[in-house]
Amino acid sequence: MNHDLSVILQHYTDFLAGLGNTLWLAAATLIVGSLLGCIVAGLLLSPVRIVQRATSILVDGLRCVPFLLLVYLIYYGLPELGIRFDRWTAGLSALIIYHTAYFGEIIRGAWLNVSRDQIEAGRAYGYSGLLLFRRIILPQLFFSSAPLIGNQSIYIMKDTAFLMIITIPELTFAAASIQSTYFVPFASFLAAVLLYWIVTLAIERGVHRIELAADLRRA
Amino acid sequence: MCILGPSGSGKSTLLRCINFLEAPDEGEVFLRGERIGFKGAVPQKERDLGATRARMGMVFQHFNLWPHLTVLGNVIESPVHVLRKSREQTVEKAKELLTMVGVADKMHVYPHTLSGGQKQRVAIARALAMEPEVLLFDEPTSALDPEIVGEVLAVMRQLVNDGRTMIVVTHEMAFARDAGDTIVFMDAGAIVETAPPEEFFTRPRTERAQQFLQRYMR
Repeated sequence: MNHDLSVILQHYTDFLAGLGNTLWLAAATLIVGSLLGCIVAGLLLSPVRIVQRATSILVDGLRCVPFLLLVYLIYYGLPELGIRFDRWTAGLSALIIYHTAYFGEIIRGAWLNVSRDQIEAGRAYGYSGLLLFRRIILPQLFFSSAPLIGNQSIYIMKDTAFLMIITIPELTFAAASIQSTYFVPFASFLAAVLLYWIVTLAIERGVHRIELAADLRRA
Repeated sequence: MCILGPSGSGKSTLLRCINFLEAPDEGEVFLRGERIGFKGAVPQKERDLGATRARMGMVFQHFNLWPHLTVLGNVIESPVHVLRKSREQTVEKAKELLTMVGVADKMHVYPHTLSGGQKQRVAIARALAMEPEVLLFDEPTSALDPEIVGEVLAVMRQLVNDGRTMIVVTHEMAFARDAGDTIVFMDAGAIVETAPPEEFFTRPRTERAQQFLQRYMR
């Protein structure tokens, strides 16, 4: 066990590099996904029935498919149709497309939950348009969706691990390659688990803070 | 002015037509002799209506405070962001108003911790902070526990004594009789009778008003 541990410690930079890739992939997915999710939410709420139906089917379809399958489709399947992506583009696209579907639903839910009474009070006190949105609607959207978005970030981070299958050097890939080179499976994967835990704990702390703030400001 | 009538008679709808929260099918609203809500023959858009609405303070049955803002935040919110008044001045004014309605000690808390009566008093302070020309009350005590109703009516009575122009939709007959100077009685979507309180409550002219009073008065 001591030998295993020393191997891990000797190669800590590989783990950190892997963690670094995991983190930036997750962050990029979170930022782009949540922005695109606003657009998707808008489409899901569209009064034009065909737009709403089509988006709904697409979103549900994505959520019913294992993420790994989407990665395979994009990286191995699309080249058959002539569309070839490098592994990074394929991996990041898969993450973004997949999680945009979830963000769309989260934001749509938050939108529907915005209190009509408070908007009416806003209108009665002279608010309209962008000001109404910024001062009255947006705070509600933020506090009701933030915990869910925080949780979704944890799922994003876990999904990055699947990208090792297309040889993206994120954390799980790093752990797997250390273990296969030096035959230290338990120590290697445990190290990865610990690193995932640290990040998850940080995200959960952040989400908790927001939940506390949201609770103070509940209707 | 108190608007009375059975449930469903259209009292709240009429009130909401005054500040165009509901779009009336026909008719005109005049504020200080000036026709509001329209630019010539064309109904105004929300953005322009906003300026008109800001001249009228509204108090809702379910308070409709903004939960993401503190009590003080609620009161200063519209004067600062819609009327673009100075923040320091508005805060000073807000503190006075909150003291007047009796919730000054709750200034920095969030609305969800308050009782119904406290919330409604904050709502009244919020309306007053706009320095409105008219105050519109939509059944302000209907959602309150009976013991709490009195504290809100007391604040409203004070406003009447201060000479404020108020239009109150209410079921509180005693308040309407004591504090009102005109009673507007509605039934089935139309104004049926208009009279000063002494007349309305003792010698109602129309049959529907008589029936209503028989049911509601003891």
